[in-house]
Amino acid sequence: MDGVEAAVARAFREEWGRVLATLIRTTGDWDLAEESVQDAFARALERWPADGVPRNPGAWLTTTARNRAVDRLRRDAVGAAKAEEAAMTAPVGDAAEDGDDGDGDGGDPRGDPSGIGDDRLRLIFTCCHPALALDARVALTLRTLCGLTTPEIARAFLVPEATMAQRLVRAKRKIRHAAIPYRVPPAHLLPERTASVLAVVYLLFNEGYAATAGADLVRTGLCAEAIRLARTLAQLMPDEPEALGLLALVLLHDARRATRVDGAGDLIPLADQDRSRWDRAGIDEGVAVLDAALRRGEPGPYQVQAAVAACHATAPDAAATDWAEIAQLYRQLARFVPSAVVELNRAVAVAMADGPGAGLALVERLEASGALAGYHLLPATRADLLRRLDRRPEAADAYRQALALAATDAERRYLGRRLEEMALEPSAPSPSSVHNSGRS
Amino acid sequence: MRYLLLIANDESALAAMSPQEGQEMMAGYAAFGEEMTARGVLQDGNRLRPTTDATTVQVRNGEVLTADGPFAETKEQIGGYYVVECQDLDEAIEVASKLPHAANGTIEVRPIWEM
Repeated sequence: MDGVEAAVARAFREEWGRVLATLIRTTGDWDLAEESVQDAFARALERWPADGVPRNPGAWLTTTARNRAVDRLRRDAVGAAKAEEAAMTAPVGDAAEDGDDGDGDGGDPRGDPSGIGDDRLRLIFTCCHPALALDARVALTLRTLCGLTTPEIARAFLVPEATMAQRLVRAKRKIRHAAIPYRVPPAHLLPERTASVLAVVYLLFNEGYAATAGADLVRTGLCAEAIRLARTLAQLMPDEPEALGLLALVLLHDARRATRVDGAGDLIPLADQDRSRWDRAGIDEGVAVLDAALRRGEPGPYQVQAAVAACHATAPDAAATDWAEIAQLYRQLARFVPSAVVELNRAVAVAMADGPGAGLALVERLEASGALAGYHLLPATRADLLRRLDRRPEAADAYRQALALAATDAERRYLGRRLEEMALEPSAPSPSSVHNSGRS
Repeated sequence: MRYLLLIANDESALAAMSPQEGQEMMAGYAAFGEEMTARGVLQDGNRLRPTTDATTVQVRNGEVLTADGPFAETKEQIGGYYVVECQDLDEAIEVASKLPHAANGTIEVRPIWEM
């Protein structure tokens, strides 16, 4: 790739979402905006080799896309009035025409009364509006903010291209017809809407994280896209510690990505992962971001989960893991998101901190509640605790129950091996393999 | 932007209400109507007779076919509606959430297809 092509590719990664977000605001038409921004990038490929890469590519692209939008509207008779409007609405504080805009990062007060200036924030809040179906929110975010193509998004979510195209069309139509506002929500709606935005980004990350090595690159690339979005959010919402918490969480998980799966595609338990291959820089950044979030003194579920991830990521070896701290964090997490799965994770941490008997008591209480009936990790956890207590026949029974419920081959292979051990040898301590924080 | 707010609720539960509960519900709607009129949001709205009074009409091959009852048998029935003029969907959602039946029934917010 020569220099200019590389510059266009970089501009695409860095500017696509921002330019599109601005065009949607000035034209009020998602399709027109998308087409015009595509045109602008095509034009960059034509012009930049001859004219040189502009000093401020974002501003150049915004101006070019806006001109394209006006051209397109003029060609369309009914659009004439709209064209006037789009041309007139040189957006407040946007000096793109003289090539002096596009810094846009943080603190750029574009006449937005909320004080949050970047159009990308309007765009992501609109894409993640709770009146849209979750799968549509995710697809729209990838298309508009990240610039992924429809076929790429379809591949990433393992659905036919036509299905994904339809999903995007429907979502954009609903935004228009139902008048979903293009804005950052006012203060009284902000907490709920922010949660929806963060959830979409975390879902994206998890989709990529769940893809095993050798899976389609678009799929594993979702992690990088989610991290990029989380960075943008953290930068655009500096007063929202949960945005920082989410960024810390995805950085800390991602730092361990390379060691989670073995050559056969089986998950490697945290305790058995090769810590020397963890990404130190990623861990350091995650911990630093988490510290910055926690200093705000407003903890939330993402910060707490990031703190758990940090406990694991910073332990020099499995034995040095601070399980008492993790148990405490799960207790805190349960207050934010009361859930039986969180409670199960707490039981595992308690078992590691205070011994398998203490953990087993919690697991049995969970079983009695019936909340996790049918969830294979419940009997699997009980089995591991019973094994550590050397109650082998009971452990074997529990492994059998878990085997019957396990959904994937990898999980069945793991449980099958454990079950065989129960019949063969005296139990050996391999305790933390039961840790199932959802992330191995 | 105009929206139709369709109020769906279990009409058998409605019929089983005590007189006092009925009065409270009516008071809730009166308060809603007052607030939304004052805000300039409310354009129209009515309570509907129960589905036992409904008649469905179809014309097939030039013949008018009528039947007793609503067009769909569901757990909740349309019991009333409002037409509201709102800034955007966020405002329509906020208005809908203030309807007394939002607490125990379901409000469907439908943008009106302006011709």
